[in-house]
Amino acid sequence: MFDQLSDRLQQSLSEVRSRGTLNEGDVEVAMREIRLALLEADVNFKVVKSFVASVKERCLGADVLESLDPGQQVVKIVNEELAALMGGASRDLAMASSGTTVILMAGLQGSGKTTACAKLAKLMAKDGKSVALVACDTQRPGAVEQLVTMGERAGADVYEQGTEPAPPEIAEWGLKRAREERKDVLVVDTAGRLHVDEELMDELAEIKKRTKPHDVLLVLDAMTGQDAVNVAEQFSEQAEFDGVLLTKLDGDARGGAALSVKAVTGKPILYASTGEKIEQLERFHPERMASRILGMGDVMSLIEKAEEVSDEKEAAELERKIRKQEFTLEDFLKQMRQVRKMGPLQNVLGLMPGMGKAMKQMRQADMDDGELDRLEAIILSMTPAERARPEMIDGSRRKRIAQGSGTTVTGVNQLVKQFAQMKKLMAQLAQGKMPDPQQLMKGMR
Amino acid sequence: MAGGGFKRLRESLQRSREALSAEITSSLFDKLDAAAFERIEEALIMADLGAPATAEVVGRLEADVESGSVSEGPAVRERLVELLAGLAEVGELRLEADPGPAVVMVVGVNGTGKTTTIGKLALDLKQERGLDVVLAAADTYRAAAIEQLEAWAERAGTDIVRGSPGGDAGAVIFDAIEAAESRGADVVVADTAGRLHTHGNLMDELAKVRRVAAKRLEGAPHETLIVIDATTGQNGLRQAQAFADAVDVTGVVLTKLDGTAKGGIALAISRELQIPVKLIGVGEGIEDLRPFDSREFAEALVGE
Repeated sequence: MFDQLSDRLQQSLSEVRSRGTLNEGDVEVAMREIRLALLEADVNFKVVKSFVASVKERCLGADVLESLDPGQQVVKIVNEELAALMGGASRDLAMASSGTTVILMAGLQGSGKTTACAKLAKLMAKDGKSVALVACDTQRPGAVEQLVTMGERAGADVYEQGTEPAPPEIAEWGLKRAREERKDVLVVDTAGRLHVDEELMDELAEIKKRTKPHDVLLVLDAMTGQDAVNVAEQFSEQAEFDGVLLTKLDGDARGGAALSVKAVTGKPILYASTGEKIEQLERFHPERMASRILGMGDVMSLIEKAEEVSDEKEAAELERKIRKQEFTLEDFLKQMRQVRKMGPLQNVLGLMPGMGKAMKQMRQADMDDGELDRLEAIILSMTPAERARPEMIDGSRRKRIAQGSGTTVTGVNQLVKQFAQMKKLMAQLAQGKMPDPQQLMKGMR
Repeated sequence: MAGGGFKRLRESLQRSREALSAEITSSLFDKLDAAAFERIEEALIMADLGAPATAEVVGRLEADVESGSVSEGPAVRERLVELLAGLAEVGELRLEADPGPAVVMVVGVNGTGKTTTIGKLALDLKQERGLDVVLAAADTYRAAAIEQLEAWAERAGTDIVRGSPGGDAGAVIFDAIEAAESRGADVVVADTAGRLHTHGNLMDELAKVRRVAAKRLEGAPHETLIVIDATTGQNGLRQAQAFADAVDVTGVVLTKLDGTAKGGIALAISRELQIPVKLIGVGEGIEDLRPFDSREFAEALVGE
């Protein structure tokens, strides 16, 4: 697995550094690594081929030859080219200047259309828009019920006529009703269909004809492999979709399919679904996706999340404490809670560059949110004095804390010992020495 | 399972074959130069076989050609089919349990086709094999998942034990085993909520459901099948690994082979994790759930 393309590139180009120049052979080696990383990320083979060709051309340019760190330089070029290919900033949905805006959702079976409909409704309802959903999936058993339930959760009206009428009829009826009820937005849910199923693709075209949607969104599973290109081409040809809504991005798929679809159809990716909860739908950020595909972590998202939960003054105070090794268990507790506000631990770490390996170790070591719950319980069972000076915790205190937190004396011991190690490591970190993430994780355990 | 005959698979893989044969044609095997091997490599990558498995297969094919053990065009093609088939571990459903019933638990990420697979499986077990089946609607998370399985139970004419939305999935399996035992049913097939393998808490919950089944009936679950969507790319490997770690997966079901996706990821999973592929889904119809045959699969992948 290519947890860090950048590491691999720097490794493969390490000799170049001493030599000072990149020759064609070096570039070949680097291109092989890039090619493999992109294939691993499920970028379409043909897209990879043309992409690597253009990167190679740039890498052979003079500015690279003179650069101090060719590995870094190559990474930079790859990142830039990838971001360019992913497209500029994403756009908003096209809203009608007056009356009801219609959004038609289409995609393969299981890509997540029904859930995406509800999430989109929720997002727009948050903007103060009145939203209705119309249930045109008459194929899958239970699909109508699912939309009704999820629509309710999203605070949107759901129009349904069961599974008897033809989907184009239901869609047309739904639009009429949405206009009568003066809805701002109507989202049309459709059955999942294979791009090669002519009958169903014709039906989709008919729904489109009857509802004249302002935007047609292709719902695409982020885990899709090489076939994404075929799917997108067919849907583009027969339903002329305007943009993509990428689902299941909360997994660990690199999401190369997103790049392939953009490269082949030129259609932008507008939204990304990032979790099970109904409000977990975000505007898509192409430049972040580039880093994710390369396995370089989504630093921007992490910073944004951190900004959401932290306070500048507090952060400065914390930094001072860390530097002076005055960091207490009380601070640790506060920090831990803040990190947890950012989401499940594995999600957060997944966004951090270079944490791929640490995450794997965590999984092996069972370092999960349950573990954090235990740590929290232990600290909460300590007195303020103990939290400030954990070295005062003796045998009888340990026993009391273990009992109070429902853990074991060994557990308490471990926490105290590892906190001391961690304090040391953090002080180093603050002084600009980057410790090995592996060691850092050990410190946390 | 509705017996033999893989004509249907071949037909449904027709499109895959057309796409592939653009890369691999019989004439390709006549002149085996570097470009030809590269074309084969491309074709396998496009089939989602992944870089490591592709490198292994093409490397071995190249070695065989170099050593002269295969030389003729058709023999080279045949060797490629053999090598691909050799990547797969093939397995059959274990449906014997003593004392019964046999418990089959179906797991996977969201949207791979778990509920549909279970519906088809129930129909097949009941109508083709004459087995008495109880379905356990243990996907208590997704809205209307229970209704979806109920529709299938009705079609198949099997019993179904359902929980309440948001309820405890373990309790549903527990009750289903109890119900099956009390009336001497042969098989319990349990649906579970789709979950991304990266959500640790949801994976823990799944492991708990499995433990509940194991506690209630010795040896259960007798089968734990992971459903993989054929359109899935290399992430399929991570999915299989994570589910195997959490619930000891005993087989893969590869669904949605009726599109243009070739499902090469199933071979990669088999090769890397030694988990056999047991069933494939080649269409929307009930008869479209079939036993996996590595040879037929490889043939369909390479084309005429």
